[in-house]
Parts: sequence; structure tokens; C-alpha cells
Amino acid sequence: MEEKDIRRVEPAPQIHHRDSTARIMWTVVLCLLPAGFWGVYVFGYRVLMVLAVSILSAVIAEYGMSKVLGKDTTVQDGSAFLTGLLIGYNLPPSIPYYIPVIASVFAIVVVKWTFGGLGHNWMNPALAGRVFVFFSWTGQMTAWTMPRTMDAADTVSGASVLGFLKTGLLDYKGAETGPMAFLRNAGYPQSSMDVHVSEWLRGIFGEGISGGYWDMFMGNIPGCIGEVSAFLLLVGAAYLFYKKIITWEIPAAYIAVFSILIWIFGGLRYNAGFFQGNIPFHLLSGGLVLGVFYMATDMVTSPLNRRGMLIFGAGAGFLTFLIRIYGSFPEGVSLAIILMNIFVPMINRYTLVKRFGVVTEKGKAA
Amino acid sequence: MKGVMTYPKGGVHPPDRKGLSSDKPIKNALIPQTLVVPLSQHLGKPAELVVEVGDEVREGMLLGKSSGFISAPVHSPVPGKVTEIKDVYLPNGIKTKAIVIEMEGEFDRSGKEQHKREWKQLNGKDLLDIITENGIVGLGGATFPTNVKLSVPKGKKAELFVVNGVECEPYLTIDHRLMLEKSDELIEGIEIIQKILAPERTAIAIEDNKPDAIQLMEEKIASKGLAIEVIPLKLKYPQGDEKLVLKSITGLEVPSGGLPIDIGAVVSNAGTVYSIYEAVVFNKPLIERFVTVSGGAIKEPLNLKVRIGTPIGDLIEECGGFSEVPEKIVVGGPMTGFTVYDLDTPVIKGTSGVLALTSKEVNSASRTNCISCGRCIESCPMGLNPTTLFKKVDHLSYDEALELGLMDCRECGSCGYVCPAHIPLVQGIKLGKRMARKKG
Repeated sequence: MEEKDIRRVEPAPQIHHRDSTARIMWTVVLCLLPAGFWGVYVFGYRVLMVLAVSILSAVIAEYGMSKVLGKDTTVQDGSAFLTGLLIGYNLPPSIPYYIPVIASVFAIVVVKWTFGGLGHNWMNPALAGRVFVFFSWTGQMTAWTMPRTMDAADTVSGASVLGFLKTGLLDYKGAETGPMAFLRNAGYPQSSMDVHVSEWLRGIFGEGISGGYWDMFMGNIPGCIGEVSAFLLLVGAAYLFYKKIITWEIPAAYIAVFSILIWIFGGLRYNAGFFQGNIPFHLLSGGLVLGVFYMATDMVTSPLNRRGMLIFGAGAGFLTFLIRIYGSFPEGVSLAIILMNIFVPMINRYTLVKRFGVVTEKGKAA
Repeated sequence: MKGVMTYPKGGVHPPDRKGLSSDKPIKNALIPQTLVVPLSQHLGKPAELVVEVGDEVREGMLLGKSSGFISAPVHSPVPGKVTEIKDVYLPNGIKTKAIVIEMEGEFDRSGKEQHKREWKQLNGKDLLDIITENGIVGLGGATFPTNVKLSVPKGKKAELFVVNGVECEPYLTIDHRLMLEKSDELIEGIEIIQKILAPERTAIAIEDNKPDAIQLMEEKIASKGLAIEVIPLKLKYPQGDEKLVLKSITGLEVPSGGLPIDIGAVVSNAGTVYSIYEAVVFNKPLIERFVTVSGGAIKEPLNLKVRIGTPIGDLIEECGGFSEVPEKIVVGGPMTGFTVYDLDTPVIKGTSGVLALTSKEVNSASRTNCISCGRCIESCPMGLNPTTLFKKVDHLSYDEALELGLMDCRECGSCGYVCPAHIPLVQGIKLGKRMARKKG
């Protein structure tokens, strides 16, 4: 009799893949950590507090909601922790502490739990939280801190590259042919490391290479806590690909559509004509890497199957381009992804997989 | 020998763990003193009881007769006395009557020289009758009465006959061992079926994780000069499903709601072919079958030849017992089998394996809400959307579920295997199928 108690009785299948919901969530957290460490390093220890506050608020809100609704606590599945972490990553380093609290609580309580908790929300909670506080406290949300690796570190606050560009281009009459040249001519700060690397790059690719790419790739630019280091975010994303937690469809479609549109139309603002856009600049600036690999790929709010994912990614790429180049906001990634989240049920409906043994109208099922 | 052919969509690659038992020759299991023989060991109507308590029975004697078109008789696995007729629960949760036999007296067949029947003079109808009388059912797991399967309906023709030696379920190695140890008998079994079906093409499908079986079958067939193809297939679960093995071999899809015969094919599991051989050549009813006893919690995994009605606990004991406390005891394969808590559960015709799995092998996790990862859709070889089907069934929207192909589900378990939320997708879909059938 004693033996009976220890045995588990379950329906088939009796064995499972090692990935569980919690394992997936915590793996994404792990992959995000390097970029966070970079944020703490370049923006100072205050950033650590911001992250702690946003994570704690999210986790406490999750715990509270499950208690209020009389459900099993879902904190251990890691999704609330991840939401809190992503919200923290999407805030400027100098943000007052009450803003992450509001963003996290809004994300968990309103966006996630009013629809039924994990898996039922149709909008990415972290992005919704960010957008909510962005429109409510725009001033605080666009006050940037210069990274300490920048030689111009005495400037306590600066503008993000995209913000700088957006304002600078409002009444633009200059002769520069692209965003990089514009930044350099306007005296946008550049680290000494970047100066060296740019020199080296010019040695290989010729004189056309402007300075600043290294800073943008490594994260020597002002920006949100977790978004600045494209390099470390890509390292984490590589692991997610390796673990098959994210698939190539959304990032590839997103980046492809966005890049092509930038390439075609991106140069028009500089009177450089068509096909003159600066793709690397736009891929590395702002929250694009963070958004493409960590938020557009959120399983809950992205389509179910691969064809749908391609459509979703392409749509998000298109909207990001539209908002960034022609909209009034410098960024565009968060809004683009949220707008595409709305289309997910429709995409799912129209991207059904071909069923085995069913004759389609197009042709006979073999 | 690498197989290149497989079916295109879906499928999973669970750790196959066949190495635990694949090199262990089939061994006769000890016959227990008391055997429990259920009357419902097949798909369809249960057999009709023809013995009473107190009756003396002999080895291979009829205990229950076939009670309909889709039904099969049940025979006594041992000589002895009927001591009780009681209700038992089968691993799949079905309650059925069972005959308890206390073994005594002399074995009529075991250990004795058997007379070989000259079957080549018989016609297809006679051969089918022999198969029917001996209670042969599909041993791949579905236990569909074999005589029904081999009776091709009027207006249809079996152009292709496939021996299913895919054995895609992890852990199980009986078909593998069978092909290695009983290849001549297997080939004679194939010839019997060729006589019944008169197919234009005959093939043996084997996954490429059994290269020794592929090679041996090829050699044997070549030396006999027979027109049988050996087709190596690329490893992918659930390729052993008859619709998928046909897709892999021919590229043709059995229509939704149809049977293999609709594309002119009949598929039979290798173990079934072997029991057809025994039935036809030695007039031996299905009273024994091969069982793989394996799993991380079994001390010495083995392939055993087991009398129907033997308690699974006896088999585990024969394998040296448990090496650690098992998380689950499974009857059948790990992807489609059932957990049991009672070690007295008897081996029946459909019992292909007895597994004691450790928690590490099981990978249990608590259930969460669906996170829409889409992995179930990715894994479904039938192109279904398991998570949506599950939700439709959960909301009692059977009509919508039917429209989405509810009935096409092969219950292979791939979706449940990959689901990170550990939602019992297959169970939900099975329930939905049952409810939808009830509603008509």
C-alpha cells in the first residue's frame, strides 16, 4: 500500500520534454542578465535599485492578484519576474522610483490579470507598462544619463541618439547625408574606444565609415537601462535560439522588413534620395534589439505558428519604420509590437496548418 | 544505414532509451501460479465467457468466444483450473470480466514438438479463419482484430502491404529483437499475409536506429529471393503510426476519417505478423506475447516472452526489481501508455512494455496556463492545432472542434510531450472524441 502512494498516475504521454513554462521564463531572464550587468556598470548602482523596484513590484502584484482571485500562486513560474525585469530594462537610469512601481503594477494587474493571468493577456505586459508610463511621465521617461564609459561623462544628462536626431531633424537644412554624420557634426559625444575602432574600420572599409557604430553596438550610448548593449543582448538571444525558445521567424521578418524600408526611405530626410538609408544605425539605436529578440518573440502575445510569426514580424518591422521615420516619437518599437499584438488572434485564424489527409481546394492531398 | 524517408510535418524526438534493452535476447518469463485473463483485450466487443468457475482448462483452450464482427476470442495461457471470475480494471481504465486460472497439470504445447501445418495449400479464406479462431489482434498497441484488418472490403484492393517494424515508441525493443531473432518466422508470416492479400508490393519499414535489423532482414530476403523491400526510415516519433508510415513510404495521405485501405494499403505490426505465423503454422492461439521491461528504475531491463495474464509485478521481479523508487509504472510505451498503480495488473494482448520510470525521465512539472508557444502545433504530425482543440473541448464546443479535425487526432502524444505548460492535451482531445461520438 505504501508503494501506491508514491506513484504518479497521469494520462499519456508519460514522459515530457525538459522545457516547462517556468524553465522557459527563467531561461529568458538568464539571457537578459548580461545586458543588465552592463547597464549597472555604465549607469551606476542606482540602476540596480530601479531594477529591484520594478521586479519586486511585479512579483508582489502577481502574488497579490493570485491571492485576491483565490488561485494558486504563480510567482514561481518566473513570468512576473520577467515582466518586472523587462520593465526595468525599458526605463531610463535616472527614473524616479515610483514610476517602475506604477509600470509594473499596471502591467501585472491591468494588462495581465484582468484577462486571466499568464497566457491570457493579449498584449505584452512589459511593453504595455512601459508605454503607459511613457505617455504619463514623458519628461522623466526621456531624461537620459551618459554612460560612464563615455569620455564626456561630465555631462550628466544627454539625449538618446534617436531623440537627438528627432529634435535635430525638425528644421533640418544641413548637408549631411545620414544620421551618423549628423551626430558627429553636431558634436554628439564619442568614446575614445570608438575613435580607435572607427579608425581601424576605416582602414578596412575605406573612408566612408563614420564614427559611432562601436559605441552603439557595445552600449556606450545613453538609453534605457537594458537596451543599450546590442552586443550583450545578442549574446543572450543566441542562447535562446540555441535552446529553441525563440525561433527565427519573428526576428528575421522584423529585421528584414525594417531594414529594407529604412534602406529605401531612410535617406529621404537628408535629401539623399532613395536607397540611401543607414541600416546599421537604425538597427543598433534605441530598443530595437531588445524589442525584436525579447519582446516581439513573447510566446503569449505572438502568433501560434510559423507562417503567422512571419506576418507578425513583418508587420512589426513595418510599423516600427513608420513610427520612427514619420511619427512624432523617436522610438517606435514598443508601439509597433503592441499594435501587432492586436492582430495576433486574426493572424492565428488565417494561418492554419494544412491538415493531414484533407483535400484542399487548391489541389488534391496527394 | 541511414534512412532518408520520413513524413514531412510534425513529429518529435524524445530520448529513445532503447539501448537499455536492445541487446538483450528475448527470454521466456517464468509462468506464475495464478494468471488473470481479461475478456476484453482487444478493440471492439469483449469476448463472451464460455467457462465456469471450477472448470479444468488446457493450454490454448477457448475461454471466451468472439462476440461480434469486431471482437476476438480469448484462450487459456496455461493448463489449470478456473478459480474465480472477477471484475478487473485494465491499464486504460476500462472495467472488464476476467478469468482467474490456477495453474496445474500438463502443458500440451510448451516444450513439445509441434506439428507443422502445410499452409501453402490453404486458400485466403481458410487462412483468415485460422487467424480469427486464434484470437490474433494487432500487437502494436491498438489491438484491432487482425482478421478484420486483413479482410479487404469489396471494391477495394490491397496493393501495398507494409510490415511495421518502425517501433517508434521509446524504450520498446521487442519488435527489434523479434526481427533479429525470428527473422525466418517473420518472413514466413509475411508470405502467409501475401497469400491472403495478394499485394503487388510488400515492404518492411524499419527506423534507422535499428541498423542491425535492417541489414539482417535485407540479407534474409535476398538469400530467399523474395520480392519484399526493406525500407529504412529516418528516426522520428510517431512514425510507427500506420497513416504516417504510409506517408513516409509512399508519400500518400490516408484521407481524413479514412483507413489505409482507402489508399490501397494494409499495415501490420511485426509482432502481429509473427503471431500470425504461429497461428497458421502451429495453430497456436495468442496466449503469449513479447514484452520489453525497461526504464531507469528497473535494475536489469529485459525483453521477455510472457504468458497473457501474468502480473506485471512478476516481470519486474524477474528483472531484478526496482533500482530506485519509480516515479511512474507505465504499461505500454512512454508516449501512449498508461500509468498503473497496481503491480497485479495483468499482461494482456496489447501490453508491449512495462516501464518503471524515474522522475528524471518523466520530467514532471506543474501545469500552467497555455502560453501559446505553438510547440504542440509544430509537433502535430496530423497538422492539427492541439491547444485550440483542447480549449474547444474544454468549452464544450464540440462542433467547432470537429471542424478543426478533432477526429483526425492519432493520440500519439507528441503535443503533450512538448507542451511546456504540461496541459493534458491528449487526454482532453480523447475525451472530446468520445463526447463527440456520443453526441453522434
